[in-house]
Amino acid sequence: MKFYVDLHLCPQPYDYAHVRGLVEKAAELGYKAAGITFSSKTTQEETKELKETFNSLGVDFVSRIDLAPKSPGDLLRNLRAVRRKAEVIAVECISKQVARQAAKDRRVDLLSFPLASPKKRFFDVAEAELASGATASLEINMAPLLKLQGFRRSILLSSLRREVQTAKRAHVPIVLSSGADEPILLRSAEDYCSLAYLFGLDHYDARKAFSENPKAIVEKNRRKLSPNFVAPGVYVVRRGKG
Amino acid sequence: MTRYVRRRYVAVKIEGNQTLSERDVYDAVWTSLARLFGEYGASQAELSLIEYNPEKKLAVFRCSHKALEIVKASIAAMTEVTGEKMAFHVIRVSGTLKSLRTKIDNK
Repeated sequence: MKFYVDLHLCPQPYDYAHVRGLVEKAAELGYKAAGITFSSKTTQEETKELKETFNSLGVDFVSRIDLAPKSPGDLLRNLRAVRRKAEVIAVECISKQVARQAAKDRRVDLLSFPLASPKKRFFDVAEAELASGATASLEINMAPLLKLQGFRRSILLSSLRREVQTAKRAHVPIVLSSGADEPILLRSAEDYCSLAYLFGLDHYDARKAFSENPKAIVEKNRRKLSPNFVAPGVYVVRRGKG
Repeated sequence: MTRYVRRRYVAVKIEGNQTLSERDVYDAVWTSLARLFGEYGASQAELSLIEYNPEKKLAVFRCSHKALEIVKASIAAMTEVTGEKMAFHVIRVSGTLKSLRTKIDNK
């Protein structure tokens, strides 16, 4: 069985029963690792408690912080403050300037775009080339596809189809996440891959977007956050005595 | 001479508090299919409900093999049936009913 990762579960903050319900469902649907959004103010004890809940259900815990900065300066300040606190940093790009800054910053793992309007989805060719150079990935949340209907869903599908094509051309990795805030909205990775067919992602790429791509991000950041990391390509192999 | 038609059998697990009738299950999938792909797309799927077990909440659909992807997408896209929140999960797909049953039993 593939190692499926859902990097974006959105439970209500500090509601552990709700978190447990979501993680139980994720485990039942075959996810081996799941990311949960928490704020930069979450204490270490709360993180530990969450980790224990995940471990008891056999799901690897991935810490994640979502940033929604108003300006590029705001983004840089936030990144300095939180980069070493979480394994995954996602940036919701609400303006073009923020999108460009996030795409070229190597500390950003995931780029996501607001659903409100197709005009506010700034993932164009220039953005994709910047993201490709800085190894940021494009995140697509699947929950809106389930929640929206009719005209709004067709507009979203059309935007996603365009973004997926742009990402593929520029070799930007795509990460599919559930974005689910309740267990009934969670689907298995295979079901999500079927839904990805609606916006032009074939089954092979969709499975990769649910397994290899998110796994690579988590592994890379875990290596970087480990005390043995010195610089890219330089690691402490053995420490001297005393 | 008629040509051999390739079909796929799709086993679906239904999740939710409400117990649905056979008609509700079929209508729900058909409606989702028609909503996503239109009546023309839905007609190409040649969808039919082969069996439904309300106790196990398990349904088996048959569709054309060419329309398998659209049927799976339509099943995954469903969020409510008769006004109640429900989720449909595709658990297995097979080319014959016999092998589908074997796969489900072995799971």
